[in-house]
Amino acid sequence: MNVSFDDLNKAFENRVRLGIMSALAVNDSLDFTSLKEFLNVTDGNLATHIKKLEQEEFVEVEKSFINNKPNTSYSMTPKGKKAFEEHLKVLETIIKSQK
Amino acid sequence: MKEEQDYIQDIAEIRSMMERSSKFLSLSGWAGVLAGVYALIGAWVAFSIFEFHPNELFYAYPDLINIILTATGVLFLALISALMDSRRKAQKQDKKAWNATSRRLVASMAVPLLIGGVLIMLLISNGLLGLVAPLTLLFYGFALYNAGSFTIKEVRIMGFVQMILGLLNVVFITYGLLFWAIGFGLVHIVYGIYMHFRYKR
Repeated sequence: MNVSFDDLNKAFENRVRLGIMSALAVNDSLDFTSLKEFLNVTDGNLATHIKKLEQEEFVEVEKSFINNKPNTSYSMTPKGKKAFEEHLKVLETIIKSQK
Repeated sequence: MKEEQDYIQDIAEIRSMMERSSKFLSLSGWAGVLAGVYALIGAWVAFSIFEFHPNELFYAYPDLINIILTATGVLFLALISALMDSRRKAQKQDKKAWNATSRRLVASMAVPLLIGGVLIMLLISNGLLGLVAPLTLLFYGFALYNAGSFTIKEVRIMGFVQMILGLLNVVFITYGLLFWAIGFGLVHIVYGIYMHFRYKR
């Protein structure tokens, strides 16, 4: 297979976004606090990166109330899942071809 | 443009995040060894001091409260040790012990343990003391088997071992306390030592 660096999804260039996608790939859904703890980032930082992934329609948001407190949970869309898997495949191919 | 090293690092990060966010890893072998030691002491207290020798299905024993208190004490100590150990380890790794993965781990164990607990209490109230040891082993095995999805895979193997011990115990009901001591004592200690050397934690 002939792949180039251009095939890598620009949305995943950032480590935080890559981290969000990795965590959501193995969890049906995660709330904001859990994601923040896994990634070790600030509220603002995480919010910015989630927004970006939302715009790409890779991540969807579900807002609800638990014990009268607002709870926001995030999950991966089918589109996001596909993009993430393709990204992984390209990464793998690049590394293999350079060995 | 990123370098090749960066991509290898990317993959490492992806793998680590997938593991961290789906598996609870803040538990060391020590908690297992301690739980095993408490269980062995508990079994010894029940056998030697309270002379509790459940060797038949309908085993009659007058001071059941002593045995129930001993068992509760063992459970309590084991839980406290596990909680403190997890907290200590999580702090060392700069993580929170009570997070999405530990919540799922606890939830996965809670159902078999609660249902098993109720069943065992019903059996005790009907005098079927001989079934207490095998059923605690069996239901604990179910709980560990479930928990294996949310932590290291060895926990699932330990679940199988407990279930097999439970089944064997039903066949050899005379040796209830012995099977119980092997399952909750010896197996925990072996598991703890294995964890300590395999994962260096």
